[in-house]
Amino acid sequence: MDGNLNALTTVFTEFYYWVTVVFMFLIHVGFCMYEVGASRHRNHMHTLMKNIMIIPLVTVTFFFFGWWIYWSFPSFPFFGGLNHDAGAANLPWSENMGTNLSDRITGVFWAAFLLFSWTAASIVSGAVIERIRSSALWVHAVMIGSVFWIIDAAWGWHAEGWMVKYLGYHDAYASGVIHAIAGGYALGVIMVLGPRLGKFAADGTPRDIPPHNPWMLTIGIFLIYSGFWGFYAACNIPAISPEGIGGLLTGETWTATNIYLAPTSLSAITFNFLMSLSGGLMAAYVVSKGDAFWTFSGGLAGIITASAGNDLYHPIQAMLVGAVGVVIVYKLHYWVERTFKIDDAVGAVAVHGYSGIVGLIIAGFLLWGAPSSPYEGYAAVNPVGQTVGAVIMFGVLGWLPGFVIAKMQAAAGVLRIPVEVELQGLDYAEHHAYEDAKAEIIAADKAALNGGGVPAE
Amino acid sequence: MSTIGYDSWAVDLAEVGAVYPFQGSEGLMVLLGVIFWIGWHRIQFVREGAHLEKAKNMGDKEKISSLLEKY
Repeated sequence: MDGNLNALTTVFTEFYYWVTVVFMFLIHVGFCMYEVGASRHRNHMHTLMKNIMIIPLVTVTFFFFGWWIYWSFPSFPFFGGLNHDAGAANLPWSENMGTNLSDRITGVFWAAFLLFSWTAASIVSGAVIERIRSSALWVHAVMIGSVFWIIDAAWGWHAEGWMVKYLGYHDAYASGVIHAIAGGYALGVIMVLGPRLGKFAADGTPRDIPPHNPWMLTIGIFLIYSGFWGFYAACNIPAISPEGIGGLLTGETWTATNIYLAPTSLSAITFNFLMSLSGGLMAAYVVSKGDAFWTFSGGLAGIITASAGNDLYHPIQAMLVGAVGVVIVYKLHYWVERTFKIDDAVGAVAVHGYSGIVGLIIAGFLLWGAPSSPYEGYAAVNPVGQTVGAVIMFGVLGWLPGFVIAKMQAAAGVLRIPVEVELQGLDYAEHHAYEDAKAEIIAADKAALNGGGVPAE
Repeated sequence: MSTIGYDSWAVDLAEVGAVYPFQGSEGLMVLLGVIFWIGWHRIQFVREGAHLEKAKNMGDKEKISSLLEKY
């Protein structure tokens, strides 16, 4: 770190990303609470453990190869080979991937991306509750969290990604690169997995399976909102000079940038985060006729829909985009459920997947002609590029691998739990020792109570 | 042509102000936003009124009594 300004900028950037990571941890806490609240009592522990173990599994695999994919794949395989130079510095045996006083950024930047990986995996986890085998879900978690989302990030969420260069793809706060892909992946899995027992009546009419603990859901989604602030901040470079960017920018004025190193500000995204949240909440309240959980999810869907362009939108545009997106997403969710008998247990495909698609396409129109990058020769933002991008995110890198891997798991008989276990509840099946011990001590206490004496030691 | 007024980032940021799409249409955007906000209140008043009218004739005394006990 030569010079005081450079040292200050480096330490500020290091601390900035570190704070975003702490904030984003709340997203995972929120997802856990939401899933447990949505599941029935007999599946609590299984649901919780299924999501918690995403943390270590995605973390270690993201260290081993996920982070290398991000730096190596921006042009691979269609527009060039692997970027071995950039990739080498991010291999698990590189000196940069450890305590290193000449590199104070890689660790926190890696962690910021890693928390996105957890989010992608957790989105899939919510859709499949109460009937998937944990072992199957954890393979999906590694695939979406440490392989497919990070390929899409290299392609469409990297200053040199081929989608940015040639399609003008613009997705500042990850409508597509996190939400559309995770929603698409979840759809692929649940199409093979099938609905929970009882979800559809004999004539195909869908039944509501109410959450067992609505307050847990409420707190869960509010924690996700809180964590989303960190997510937004983590998508920015906090302070960089035109010289540091090295693109077309002139002058001496430092700026915050989006992930493509194009200028924006924390103020802009704060405006737009809150206005798109509000637009989503208001529209969801109306369209769901005041349903509490759709309203809360609608707030999230509003943010997600506006996220692709929230680095540049006007706040009122962000609000209206969020509102329009939520109406489309809500209608689409129930149409898909009725038509294809899809059981999306927590609305994950809708809130993340459909919102992501709609958000990308709308951004193509609203930001039409805006530069996608500060570098020369990049395509401008346009509706065709955004739509193709949405197909790649949701369909090619999301739905397709989710469907194929789930098919392979189903063929091997390792995807879904047995019917008997689904009926009696996963907690009894997998935590029978706990249940038996509990039953025994309750019986002993009751016997003591009825006998009026002290239980035998 | 670009909706944000810039086709390229070959600019000195010291000379750049607003970069949101459709600059110059702020009045129209505010109007649309206010219509959305007022419209929301209108829909909500109408729906809640209809709901309360329906709800006041829904409960039977026994169920209401048990709800009162439940606190």
